[in-house]
Amino acid sequence: MRLLAALGALCAGLFVAALMIGPAQIGIAESFRGLLAGDGAAGLVMREIRLPRAVLAALIGGCLGLSGAAMQGYLRNPLAEPGLIGVSAAAALGAVIAIQTGFAAAFALALPLSALAAALLAVLLILFMAGPGGGSLALILAGVAVSAFAGALTSLVLNLSPNPFAASEFVFWMMGSLADRSWLHVVIAAPVMAVGAAMMWGIGRGLDALTLGEDAAASIGIGLPGLRLRIVLGVAAMVGAATSVAGAIGFVGLVVPHLLRGRVGGRPGALLPAAALGGAAMVLAADIAVRLVLPGRDLKLGVVMALIGAPVFLHLIWQQRRGG
Amino acid sequence: MRISAESLTVRRGGRVTLDGASLSLAPGELVGLIGPNGAGKTTLMRAMLGLVAASGHSSLAQLPAARRAHIAAWLPQEREAAWPISVEALVRLGRIPHRRPDADHAQVERALSRMGLTDLRQRPVNTLSGGERARVLIARALAQDTPVLLADEPIAGLDPAYQIATMALFRGLAQDGRAVMASLHDLGLAARHCTRLVLMDRGRIAFDGPPQDALSPERLARIFGIEAHLEMTAEGPVFQPLRVLR
Amino acid sequence: MVRLIAALALCLAGAASAGPSRVVSINLCTDQLAMLVAGPGQLVSVSWLAADPALSLMAEEAGQIGVNHGGAEEIYLMRPDLVLAGPYAAHATVEMLTRLGVQVRTIPAANTIADIRRNITLMGDALGREARAEEILSAFDADLAALPEGRPLLATTYAANGLANGRDTLSAEAMRRAGLFLLADRIGHSGGKMALEELVMAGPELVVTGSRYATPSRAEAVLDHPALSALQAERLSVADRGWICGLPALTGTIRSLVR
Repeated sequence: MRLLAALGALCAGLFVAALMIGPAQIGIAESFRGLLAGDGAAGLVMREIRLPRAVLAALIGGCLGLSGAAMQGYLRNPLAEPGLIGVSAAAALGAVIAIQTGFAAAFALALPLSALAAALLAVLLILFMAGPGGGSLALILAGVAVSAFAGALTSLVLNLSPNPFAASEFVFWMMGSLADRSWLHVVIAAPVMAVGAAMMWGIGRGLDALTLGEDAAASIGIGLPGLRLRIVLGVAAMVGAATSVAGAIGFVGLVVPHLLRGRVGGRPGALLPAAALGGAAMVLAADIAVRLVLPGRDLKLGVVMALIGAPVFLHLIWQQRRGG
Repeated sequence: MRISAESLTVRRGGRVTLDGASLSLAPGELVGLIGPNGAGKTTLMRAMLGLVAASGHSSLAQLPAARRAHIAAWLPQEREAAWPISVEALVRLGRIPHRRPDADHAQVERALSRMGLTDLRQRPVNTLSGGERARVLIARALAQDTPVLLADEPIAGLDPAYQIATMALFRGLAQDGRAVMASLHDLGLAARHCTRLVLMDRGRIAFDGPPQDALSPERLARIFGIEAHLEMTAEGPVFQPLRVLR
Repeated sequence: MVRLIAALALCLAGAASAGPSRVVSINLCTDQLAMLVAGPGQLVSVSWLAADPALSLMAEEAGQIGVNHGGAEEIYLMRPDLVLAGPYAAHATVEMLTRLGVQVRTIPAANTIADIRRNITLMGDALGREARAEEILSAFDADLAALPEGRPLLATTYAANGLANGRDTLSAEAMRRAGLFLLADRIGHSGGKMALEELVMAGPELVVTGSRYATPSRAEAVLDHPALSALQAERLSVADRGWICGLPALTGTIRSLVR
């Protein structure tokens, strides 16, 4: 409980910082006035530009952290992360197809739902190829294949677009960015994210039990098919919605559970809420970093996350090699 | 609680791994499940628990999962503990079916002390030795506090003292009125501690009865392919395998 | 007016002087200027971009002349006696053509009205059509003189990827000429990306956006941002082709900018 409170406070602090930092120099007092009163140019910047961006950063981070913790708990493998195993890349493909075919404009939730569908296919494929206990090698290799395939198709669809801007947007879809996102994106992504997060409600016990392996978990009354269904749908919904509006942001679901696992005594159930809050904090921090390091240049979030995440990833592989 | 199975049959990829097994397990019994590798011991117990699809009838398998978890605890052969959680937290996982926070602490403490783990309670399970981990997992099953315990090779990899202690513990559980079944490869410990032995051979139950009858020279030769010395002493049966026959 | 000038060019077919007889243009801007100035049959090929109605004011004419994709081999096989290139032409292409003995003339970019006047003269000289160039020049000057003076609204362009025009661009020149007060001049923006919140804080009174493609892109999404719509500023859309190149037709674009 103390950990969750601390993480919540960290999120709140970073959220306020995200609102205060931006390319337009607005004083702190004026920022708060703009945020609360909402009038004038400062009000517009605070309420329509920075606030939705910060909200989206927190939601996306929470979803990615939670998805990582849930997948790791289910697969009993600390390397299972939506970005690494191709779920994010598949979601990006779904979003790109929906946008370029015009399906995304058909109804409000068409974009996140298309990304969800593609993410779902990827999750199912990964579970089929490298199900629980399938080992890190099978998991990562299957992830490499899914990522490469989804990435290639995304590139193809973008290249076929008659819009020359779209044709050059592969980097955005593979690295992710929150630049110029608005309430429009919050409104379409949040409901799908909420449904995904709701699916995760109460899976903690099941994940805890899975520590003992599937047979033992089943013998203490855990319904594994139901647990699997909830994780598959929940992860697909959360990663799909997040990716459809911000592109694929990797490593969040890897780094955050890794950093917090020790703090919750290793219990995968207790890790879920902590990883959600930690993910929100991490993406808020990364989005602040991209605005501080290269203001106005739209440095991709994935760049910052990879700089933090890749060494953690290597460390985890090293630990597994030593059998730790 | 008495549990029973009738004509349990399991097919896997066209092969029959369990063939019409029928047996029952009553309170007060410690049943040793013996037989060579691949005889179907694990499959029998998993089929009885409903963890593998089987035809026939099993009183445990037909219960809803949540109810079954109150009746029977299962200790799989694979000593899995995926995350670096503490010994105490792992043992506490056995309390998941109960949702009774008031009783949890006492049950966890009892299981820890029964397996001699009280000093290790804070240790992350990934830092334990294989034998220590086996004891922790047994304690987890004990913490589930069920009238029935099925254990798959619970004493494999334990040192002699803990092997004997564990068998004695199981016997004690049986004397408390529980029904315990364990698959075993150590026929000596099986003969000495079990109230009954079930001998399996190629998916079938070949014998079900008192230990001294189970280990007849004829059966040892036919099923295990060994010759052994079995003697009834004042201390109980003493069994020593001597040589391989084929 | 463009069509009128093109028609005039056709009427004056007989007056061709001793200029090059097979001219190929490989740059969108030299394409269009050459189409205005050249005599009939003198221009044998223009770049494929000139036939794209999104980018070119003379797409139809370009389609009739025939288009090239700017490859050295392709150009050489047309046996041109003059190739017209822009300042950003592929260096390798120009070098190879020169080595093969083809004369290449580079016409500089036009960022001001003075540049446009200079380029018209350069084109007349290159094609041996000085008299035609003089004619176009005087019509251009007359159009410029006839432009009305607009209100000095604080204005900027805002395009995909948040690009706002800088001080030394043709669009800036056109906007100043329309009487507008340029945001880039006020805040010292030298061109390139301007964050949406900087734009909002600067409080422009007129935001000029460009062409949109039928399929969406992330780069253009910023133009649909609610903060941009909520801005208390007039929105005006000017097709990109209206000021990509420095052509006499810029006067039409300037006229549309006058508030």
